[in-house]
Amino acid sequence: MSAPVAVLRELAGLFIDDGALALAILAIVACAGISGAVMPNGLVVGGIVLLVGCPGILLANVLSTIRRR
Amino acid sequence: MTGNLAQIGSVLIATFLASVVEAVEAMTIILAVATVRGWRPAGFGALAGLALLAVIVVVLGPALEYVPLHLLQLAFGILLLLFGMRWLRKAILRAAGIIPLHDEATAFTAKTAELRAQSAQPMERADWLAALASGKAVLIEGLEVVFIVIAVGAGRGLLVPASASAVAACVVVAGAGAILYRPLARVPENTLKFAVGVLLSAFGMFWTGEGLGVPWPGADLAILVFAALFLAVALGAVVLARRAVPGIAR
Repeated sequence: MSAPVAVLRELAGLFIDDGALALAILAIVACAGISGAVMPNGLVVGGIVLLVGCPGILLANVLSTIRRR
Repeated sequence: MTGNLAQIGSVLIATFLASVVEAVEAMTIILAVATVRGWRPAGFGALAGLALLAVIVVVLGPALEYVPLHLLQLAFGILLLLFGMRWLRKAILRAAGIIPLHDEATAFTAKTAELRAQSAQPMERADWLAALASGKAVLIEGLEVVFIVIAVGAGRGLLVPASASAVAACVVVAGAGAILYRPLARVPENTLKFAVGVLLSAFGMFWTGEGLGVPWPGADLAILVFAALFLAVALGAVVLARRAVPGIAR
């Protein structure tokens, strides 16, 4: 593998290690954004989605990783 | 005022600790190159990596001024969430004994073995490969430092203190590595990664919310609350993970 490709792969790996966790984070952010756009008091709801969702998916991901091992 | 101090303090701590971790990882590879091939290729590679890093920062840095603030906050918030929660997940799994702890002494041994295997090649090529390894380490770890500095510092105009904190961390690690001339295995890297993962995840959630327009109660002070929340969840996850997998050697 050429050095630039190796560097790019390593850079992508900085953000994405476990694909499920990365997808879940993006889904939570999307939910927060959609809540903010369409619901009354949506920005507050969006904040709550982030506040509960981000730590929640971290915990769920760790537990599911353990179950898989 | 309190919120401002909390913001500056958390930016300085996050960038310093994260930069220590990255600099230690780069220094391990530079030392491995210096041990096997000498300081010349190690230093040349490191300087070339730094020069390339500087070019990237100088070329791309000014472009940040043209990006609207809320978009910058949202983009870096999401990237920080991906980056910070990835670190935190690994730190939890390491603390629970599910995956092995990161060990600079082991990384150093592996790298020196790899470089010695390359010594069979003609001297010029072996030196070139060694310099490349050194330069790549500085570039990759340096890009991580630059990303962290921009991601936590740009949203509130704290790029200068964040950069100063990161440079201080890199100078301290480079100095210690050059003087000791062995990998900095005694730096509590796994604990640092746990702490940095907590801080970066907290910053990520804060900036993502700011980018979306969420009115966080307490403004900047919310970062400390988020850090406490992530810390509590992470420690809880370690306890749950240890209970779920009995018999793990700790």
